[in-house]
Amino acid sequence: MKRIWKYSPLYLMMIPGIAYLLINNYLPMFGLVIAFKDINFAKGIWGSDWVGLQNFKFLFQTSDAYVITRNTILYNLAFIVINLIVGVGLAILLNEIKSKFASRLYQTVIILPFLISMVLVSYLVYSLLSMESGFMNKTILPLLGVDPVSWYNEPKYWPIILTAVEVWKGAGYACIIYLAAIIGIDPEYYEAATLDGASKWQQIRKITIPLIMPVIIMLTLLAIGRIFYSDFGLFYQVPMNSGALFSTTNVIDTYVFRGLLQLGNIGMSAAAGFYQSLVGFVLVLASNYIVRKFNKENALF
Amino acid sequence: MNKETVAWRLAAHTVLILFSLTCFVPFVLLTMSSITDEQSILQHGYSFFPKDFSFEAYEYLWQQSSLIFNAYGITVLITVVGTAASLLITSLLAYPLSRRDLPGGTFFAFLVFFTLLFNGGLVPTYLVYTQVFEIKNTLWALIIPALLMKGFNVLLMRTFFMTTIPVPVLESASIDGASEFKLYYKIVLPLSLPIMATVGLFQALAYWNDWNNGLIYVTNPKLFSLQNVLNRLMSDIQFLASNSDFASNASESIAQLPSETFRMAIAVIAVVPILIAYPFFQKYFVKGMTIGAVKG
Repeated sequence: MKRIWKYSPLYLMMIPGIAYLLINNYLPMFGLVIAFKDINFAKGIWGSDWVGLQNFKFLFQTSDAYVITRNTILYNLAFIVINLIVGVGLAILLNEIKSKFASRLYQTVIILPFLISMVLVSYLVYSLLSMESGFMNKTILPLLGVDPVSWYNEPKYWPIILTAVEVWKGAGYACIIYLAAIIGIDPEYYEAATLDGASKWQQIRKITIPLIMPVIIMLTLLAIGRIFYSDFGLFYQVPMNSGALFSTTNVIDTYVFRGLLQLGNIGMSAAAGFYQSLVGFVLVLASNYIVRKFNKENALF
Repeated sequence: MNKETVAWRLAAHTVLILFSLTCFVPFVLLTMSSITDEQSILQHGYSFFPKDFSFEAYEYLWQQSSLIFNAYGITVLITVVGTAASLLITSLLAYPLSRRDLPGGTFFAFLVFFTLLFNGGLVPTYLVYTQVFEIKNTLWALIIPALLMKGFNVLLMRTFFMTTIPVPVLESASIDGASEFKLYYKIVLPLSLPIMATVGLFQALAYWNDWNNGLIYVTNPKLFSLQNVLNRLMSDIQFLASNSDFASNASESIAQLPSETFRMAIAVIAVVPILIAYPFFQKYFVKGMTIGAVKG
């Protein structure tokens, strides 16, 4: 008892933070029961009737469930592969730059897209793709002799557009992280390899990539653990919430948002959210298990 | 320097210059569009080399909008207050958790860590904040949900405290009669400026760029941040006219509104502070990102 008393100032310090976690993170977890209820605000959340798996049944009977699951997973897979290749590639090249000034300049510029909001990204994309005044339709396509494209009504272009935007926004971040890993490599490896007459390409393949493998594996598995989540801003803002594009732009996060705030379909929205949280959790556990298999040090827990 | 090294360096510069241009050029297009004549945009589209320049959009922005200035004020306010509050409660939680002798420390640390793995999702969170706490259409809605304290930042700070603050220093100060609060603000905080700068920057950026909370919890235009105004303007340019000083003769002001260039002008004023501030903070930011990745 005396011991606890001695620590009471420390517990006191923790109160605001713990209170915030309880409100912001733990209270909503109890709210997951909403997925199993027919919410009626007159009766309140706890007073509403239980409907069992009804909400899930409705969700999985629609084609929505298939489309949003497929989109979420395929986009994430593409993002993981391309971000890895572009990030590692840029980092290796950046490491070749010996001028401090140039290196700093490149780093500053390629990180810019990471610093701005998705709303602003959607403005930049709009200035390129707007039907009436976009740079593509007014300048690039006429040069090539191609007719203007109504970008915001054509679902087929969006897998490429969204992937390009994601890489544009995220490459700088990935690059800096891999660069930090590369800088940490002992220069003696390279000196020895150069003496043995190894070419740059051989050095990259035999030294750089194997030595940053732990970072690559860790980041990739973390991304796989989050494969059921997507950047809501990317899929909501950049396609301008355009209904014509839903077949290739709707993901679980945007579906839940629209269900809740635009359609008022709380039951189905909650069911989709529950599906996402649960599968997401299982995937985090599974990917952590795999990281542990490779290397205990890199595991999250 | 042999031939191969030269070739590699040349290739590296070429690729990086090209990629840097892709990252930078859209901002140039945005800025040029904002100073192009509206008629010119309607005819020739957005262009890097506009035929007719015009600062009409900025003039309009200047004489017009109480809404824009209000939004700028809201954005600055939530960024300053949110970042300060965030640093305070994050460090107040991280410091006790960094103390290995704290009874129950592992339990609380797990409580923080678990939030990284699992969450209730949007619908329950929305209902908690609107039904239980009723923060809809208040300033709290822009500061509190999801942004105020992130479990990841708590763990980041805790690791920093554990690895950089020598335990003997804390012990000797404690023997000299310093209270726990005194240890926290006389010893821990001054020794932790790098991590404070890192987390502070992440938080400031998160608040400055946030449009999500505004979209979900705010319908009153008086509480819109810059990002929320941009968000509304994209789908509904009349939104501005209907909320401007000229609301009484709205139809007239829509006719006069240089809508395309005006959108771009507001986007420019939203991004300029980041572009100006960032180079000064780059050192901390890059360091922070790499700490985050390595310590996961």
